[in-house]
Amino acid sequence: MTIRTPLTLATVTPDAGLRAALERAPHEVIEEVTRSDMRGRGGAGFRTGLKWRLASEAPAPDGRRHVVCNADEGEPGTFKDRALLSVVPDLVFEGMTIGAWAIGATSGVVYLRGEYVYLRKGLEECLADRRAAGLLGSDIMGTPGFDFDIRVQLGSGSYLCGEETALLESLEGRRGEPRNRFPYPVVRGLDRAPTIVNNVETFAWVPAIMARGADWFLGIGTSASKGPKLLSISGDVARPGVYEFPFGVTIREVLTASGGENAHAVVVGGACGVCVPASDFARTISYEEASTGGAVIVLGPDRDLLDVAENFLEFFVDESCGQCTPCRVGNPVLLEGVRALKRGECTPERLGELQRLGRTMQDASKCGLGQTSPSFFLSLVDLFGPEILHRVPA
Amino acid sequence: MSSPLLATVSIENADLVAMVDALVTRHGATRGALLPILQDLLAERGEISTLAMQLVADRLGASPAEVQGVVTFYSFLGEAARGRHVIRLCRTLSCMMAGTRDVAAAFEAELGIPFGATTPDGVFTLEWTNCIGMCCAPPALLADAEAFSSVSPAQVGEVIGALRASGVQE
Repeated sequence: MTIRTPLTLATVTPDAGLRAALERAPHEVIEEVTRSDMRGRGGAGFRTGLKWRLASEAPAPDGRRHVVCNADEGEPGTFKDRALLSVVPDLVFEGMTIGAWAIGATSGVVYLRGEYVYLRKGLEECLADRRAAGLLGSDIMGTPGFDFDIRVQLGSGSYLCGEETALLESLEGRRGEPRNRFPYPVVRGLDRAPTIVNNVETFAWVPAIMARGADWFLGIGTSASKGPKLLSISGDVARPGVYEFPFGVTIREVLTASGGENAHAVVVGGACGVCVPASDFARTISYEEASTGGAVIVLGPDRDLLDVAENFLEFFVDESCGQCTPCRVGNPVLLEGVRALKRGECTPERLGELQRLGRTMQDASKCGLGQTSPSFFLSLVDLFGPEILHRVPA
Repeated sequence: MSSPLLATVSIENADLVAMVDALVTRHGATRGALLPILQDLLAERGEISTLAMQLVADRLGASPAEVQGVVTFYSFLGEAARGRHVIRLCRTLSCMMAGTRDVAAAFEAELGIPFGATTPDGVFTLEWTNCIGMCCAPPALLADAEAFSSVSPAQVGEVIGALRASGVQE
């Protein structure tokens, strides 16, 4: 495991956050998380406190609520959750337990991607230790009536299951196809009960926020992006690995730290992200400028950006579930378009059609996959026009 | 047993029936247990046969078509039989940029089969896979339940040797 910077999470006192949470009423825990302004670390950036409040307020007719940890880290270029599950699994489970206290849940699940099957044993051992220590099970930390346990369920090779409603379908034994929203999982999630689905890193920060206070978290980051963020840096860099930066770090600072000063362009956000040219390296990693779940793939001067677009679109064609037409049909058409561009056989008229198709997919696809799969291609056309268009026949 | 035909076929496949029943007992006779049951079944038998899907569907009260729908949705499941060891090589960007194609060629040469195929002796299956989260040490692959990173074409023989030495798939 290549972790290149000291991790704040490694300095958090074990179970201090859980203790602090259990000394407060559940609604006070939600208020503290809300006050920290933490947004989901998986990439979508939904406010964690708001999600928890909605789940706690949703009616649960049979009294059941669920906590689900999304460990289906499938976005190309992302591996920081693998690091967290290897290095600080206790914090992830502690964060889930605090979430359970906050919303009144009795069961928790970690949905671990099948590609990470080798992490399972360590996670199960960690859970067993926590049960033995009274940190899971009945009357957790001596709190009468607070019963909660966590199990691990494996995925079986599907990018789409990282989408929260597809993940829930998979947990329920079905094809991992996204559900219609409304209702959101906070109202009707796992087995139709109110459910919070949060990213591994999101849960891992919760104990730190409870132990150190929301003000500590608010003191790091930018006005709209609070706290530290883990980044997964790969590609043409001297020092690939997991890095922790405060939100608001510039792309250039990230490149300097990782040995990628020579970069021609950077993919921020993985295959569903955008291509940032060197002229924009002053942009910050933040929800307001260059938003990402943590993937930063660096492209050196010799890389053909159309090869990158082709690789990503092959990925999306393979991973699309085919449920909705814009995504099922759109991705293969974009892929063919990129291949035509590479051959120099794409006319300006066709390129315009491809751009309109991409925007239609963003608007009309059912879930995040089809809504974001054209992003890289569209950013390429917008920002690198001369570089890819010189192959367009006149 | 819901169908007489299934009952008859089951007598001739007592070992499969026993395995399905054991897995249903272990994971529960609920729809939510379907994926864990299918994952274990595949690990133990190397394939999920049509009869196995019918048996699982019967035990969980689901339709066989739904079970087949699940089996065919997930890339690590599927109806095709696999070899005792499955090698999944990552083809996503960071690995491709680091020379995955050369590693693939070395595997094909070493095993004498193309990607997507299983060796005639049923020992190895070669598959492409999408990002496995090892982008910081490419090219990377999954060999059964283990991840190998920074694999060079010259190390392909080592990976195959390690799998042969490990015996059965985890």
